[in-house]
Amino acid sequence: MTRRQLATYIFFGVVVILFAISVALKGFFVTFGAFLTLAIFSFLYDDNPYYKFAEHLFVGVSAAYWMCMGFWGTMVPNLFGRLYPPMVGPVIPALKDNPSDPFMLIPLILGIMLLMRLSSKAGWISRWALAFVVGTTAGLNLVRYLRSDFIQQISSTAMPLYVTNSAGFSLGETISNIVIFIGVMCGLIYFFFSKEHKGAFGAGARAGVIVLMITFGASFGYTVMARISLLVGRMQYLLDSWLGMIG
Amino acid sequence: MGYSVISGLRKSVPTCIIALTLLLGPSAFAQESPDTATVDSVFVSEAVESAASPRAAQLNVVQDSRGDAGGAISVKWFRSPDDGMGADNITGYEIFRSESPDGLFESVGFASRGRTSFEDATTVDGQTYYYYLATVSATGVSRSGVSAGARSSAQWLNTRDIDTLIIGFIICFSVIFFIYHAQKGKKLFLRKIAGLEAVDEAIGRATEMGRPILFIPGIQDLDNVQTVAGLTILGRIARTIADYDTKINMPVSRSIVMATARETIKQAYVAAGRPDAYSDDMVYYLTDEQFGYVAAVDGIMVREKPATCFYLGAFFAESLIMAETGNSIGAIQIAGTAMPSQLPFFIAACDYTLIGEELFAASAYLSDEPRQLGALKGQDVGKIIAMSVILVLCILFSVAAITESESILSLANTFKGWFSLS
Repeated sequence: MTRRQLATYIFFGVVVILFAISVALKGFFVTFGAFLTLAIFSFLYDDNPYYKFAEHLFVGVSAAYWMCMGFWGTMVPNLFGRLYPPMVGPVIPALKDNPSDPFMLIPLILGIMLLMRLSSKAGWISRWALAFVVGTTAGLNLVRYLRSDFIQQISSTAMPLYVTNSAGFSLGETISNIVIFIGVMCGLIYFFFSKEHKGAFGAGARAGVIVLMITFGASFGYTVMARISLLVGRMQYLLDSWLGMIG
Repeated sequence: MGYSVISGLRKSVPTCIIALTLLLGPSAFAQESPDTATVDSVFVSEAVESAASPRAAQLNVVQDSRGDAGGAISVKWFRSPDDGMGADNITGYEIFRSESPDGLFESVGFASRGRTSFEDATTVDGQTYYYYLATVSATGVSRSGVSAGARSSAQWLNTRDIDTLIIGFIICFSVIFFIYHAQKGKKLFLRKIAGLEAVDEAIGRATEMGRPILFIPGIQDLDNVQTVAGLTILGRIARTIADYDTKINMPVSRSIVMATARETIKQAYVAAGRPDAYSDDMVYYLTDEQFGYVAAVDGIMVREKPATCFYLGAFFAESLIMAETGNSIGAIQIAGTAMPSQLPFFIAACDYTLIGEELFAASAYLSDEPRQLGALKGQDVGKIIAMSVILVLCILFSVAAITESESILSLANTFKGWFSLS
C-alpha cells in the first residue's frame, strides 16, 4: 500500500466517522443532504466518485419524480379527469362531479400516436402528432409574440424626443428618450439580415451591438447577484441546518 | 421581435395563417347573438339615496363585452356628481349582480373612484344577468337602479385584436411573397452571421481530434420556438456530422424533444447517404429537472471531453454552468438563445454566440432553402414597418411637444392607439 493510498483511506475513514457523529446528532436526512451538497461542490475541484454518486442519484430521482408528476399532475387531472371524471374521483374528489369532455379524446389519440414511436413498424404515425405539436405551437406563438414583442414594443418606444413638463424643457427626460430611441433603432438595424452591414447602415449596426453589449453587461451583474443568493442559501443549510453555527 | 413568426412561417406558412385567423376569432364572420342585441339598453330606476349618502352614479350601458370569446359582460356608468367634484368624497363603485331583477344580488367587483366601466368576466353565456351599482363613500352608500337583463356570448371576430390581424397579414404576405420569388430562382441576399461561419470549422475540429460533438437543445419543450429553431439547426449540423463521420452526443431534458431530435438526425443521416451510421443512442433523455440535467451534462463533458459544444435553444440558470464547464475542457463552443438574461453568460464563456433573432435566422442561412430564406426576408419587412412607425410617432410627438399643438398630439395619440394592446 502506497502512502497516497493510505492517506486516502485515512481521509475516507475520518469522513465516515464525522458523518456517523453527524447522523447521531442531526439525524440522517440533514446529514445526507449536507453530504450531497458537498459532493456536488466537489466538482469544483475535479470529477470524482462522490460527484458521480450525487449526479446519478439526482438524475435518477428527478427523472422518476417528473414522471410521477407528469402522470398525477397532467394525465390524471387534465386527461382522465376531463374525459371521465368519476374515474379520478377517489384521488381528486373535486373533479368527480365535473361534466365529461369528449373533446379530450383528441389529445388522448395524439398521445397514443406519439407512443407509436416505440413500434418499429408504426413509428411513422408519431410524426403526425409531432407535426401537430410543432404546427399549433408556431400558430399560437405567432399571435402571442406579435402582440407582446412587436406591437407593444412599438407602442412603448413611441415617445417625444423633446420633452417638456410643468417646469418647461426637461433635459434629463429628453436625453433618456433619445437614448431609448437610438438604442431601439440601432438594435433593429443590427438584426436586419437583408442588407450588408456597411457604410452608414454598418455604423448603425455597430452602435446596435454596443447597445446590446452594455445591456448584457448590466444583465450579467444583476444575474450574478441572483446566483450569489443561491450560494448563500446552500451555505446557510450547511452552516445552520447541519452544523448549527448560525443563530 | 417576431420570433414565432420566423419559426412558424419557416415550418408551415399555411398553419400560421390559419392559426392566426382562428385565434383572433373563434369562428369568424358570423352574426352576434340576437339575444344580446335586445338587452343592450339600461333602465335606471330610482336610486336609493339619503342625506348622508353620496349622490349615486347612474348606470349607462350594460351589455355583452364586444369582440370576445364570451363569458363577460361590460358595465358602464356615469360618475357620481360627488366623484372628483361636488363633495368629492367617493371611495369607489361596487358592482352587484343577480340572475333575477328581484333576486338576491351579490357583489362581483369593485371599481375605484374615477372609473366609469367594469367588466364582469365571470358570466355564463346565455344566462341573463341584472346589475346595479353601489356608490361608496365614507359617509354612506347609494345604489343605482337595476339594469335590464344582459347576456354574454362569444363573437366570431375578436375586434380588439384587429391590429394584430392586419400586421400579421402584412408580415405573412411578405413572407409568402419572398418565398414565391425565392422558389422562382431569385437570389435572396442574407448577410453573414459570424457564429454560423464557424459551424463547419467546429465540426471539422471534432473530426480531426476524434472526439464527439455535444449538442444541447436547451431545457424547454417543443412548444418553445427556440427549441424548434435549435432542432432546425441540428438538422443541418447533423448532415455535416454524417458527412464527416463524427460522433454526436445529445442529452435532452424533454421526451418530445428526444423523439423529434432523433427524427431530425435520422433524416440528416439518410440525406447524407449514411442511414446505417445512425443510432438512436445519439439522443437520450436524462431528466426534466433543470439542475439534475445540468449536473449530468457537466459529468458527460468532463468524462467524454467533446471537442465541440453547441448550445442552441432556450436556457435558464444552467447556461453558465454548462458553458464554463465546456470552456474548462477546451471545447470550441457555439451558443444561441433568445433568453436575454442568459446571453451575457454565453457571450462571456463561448467562442461564438447567436444573439436573439440570429438563432432563428441561422437555420435559413445554413440551409439556403427558399422557404426559410423567404421567411427571413419577410421578417425584415416587419422590422422596416417597426422602424418606420417608431420614427413617425417619435417625430409627431416631438413636433407636438415643440409646437404645443393639440391637433398634432391628438393625431400622434390616434396613430399610437393602433399599436396599443386592448
